[in-house]
Amino acid sequence: MAKGNEINISFIAQEKLNNLNSEEKLKFILKEVKKGHILVLESGLSSEEQAKLIEMTMEDINDGFVGIEMESYMEEKKGFWQKFFGKRNRMTIVGPADKLKTIYRDKEVIKTIIKAG
Amino acid sequence: MGLLGRISGFILSLFGKKHVRIGIYGPPNAGKTTLANRIAKDWTGEIVGEVSEIPHETRKIQKKDKVIIKNGKSSLTIDIIDTPGIATKIDFHDFMEYGLVEEEAKKRAKEATEGVIEAIKWLDNVDGVILLMDSTKNPFTQVNITILGNLEARELPFIIVANKIDLDGSTPATLKSAFPKHDVIPISALEGINMDLLYETMVRKFGKRK
Repeated sequence: MAKGNEINISFIAQEKLNNLNSEEKLKFILKEVKKGHILVLESGLSSEEQAKLIEMTMEDINDGFVGIEMESYMEEKKGFWQKFFGKRNRMTIVGPADKLKTIYRDKEVIKTIIKAG
Repeated sequence: MGLLGRISGFILSLFGKKHVRIGIYGPPNAGKTTLANRIAKDWTGEIVGEVSEIPHETRKIQKKDKVIIKNGKSSLTIDIIDTPGIATKIDFHDFMEYGLVEEEAKKRAKEATEGVIEAIKWLDNVDGVILLMDSTKNPFTQVNITILGNLEARELPFIIVANKIDLDGSTPATLKSAFPKHDVIPISALEGINMDLLYETMVRKFGKRK
């Protein structure tokens, strides 16, 4: 557990989330984020999961939790083989909106700052 | 309209869809209700909803049914679905900066969260989408990326519209280069600039059968 000005950042390997179904995965993420943790997901969320995470976040917003900051790259266009074997989701970063802030992004670069306290 | 437009209009009139439900999606304050109003006013003389400088003015789905858009000899009947802006965070303090008292700000924030949920759920009920972006802002926001990904995953036809080209600092070319594989139409919904191109694109894109 992070204390004072410390920020807890968890790097989550894809094996950890592969064992969970979509709903369990999103509940796990939201629970961690609401504790103030920032998560870097090796195998990120699909667009549908991102939309669902936004929905679940909206349900939980209150005076003490204002939402999430989430960043991921655009999905790769579905190619011939991905139609058969499925797409690989790209890395996703999720954190509480009052701690994680995006300061710049373009197609290839995402820059964020993490606010302590 | 050129020869190609007349031919595609003729083909659409034979084989195309005639009545579709089109959602206007985007982040808060991109001008979704202004665009819905512009389309409805141009073709029916009526508006869809109120607009405001304060984000999340639209907190419930607003509809205008059976709006007939014409493009040469072809036409398309659309139900316009004006959706609440999608966001990943909603802080009532932000509304207080616009002069709302705390109680009002909290109420607005609560309604705004419900609006985001409703907007996302409505993705299952639309036949096509206008993804509206503010051309004075960076298009690479997570909200834009997430909506775009969902449209592609659902295989919904969509048009990216770069709004507010009447404003200083507008760079619609940035949006075109950001999404080179998609139709990007620069407009000003407020001033009615380039709406003919948008209507032509809507009839062509949303009139197609899947």
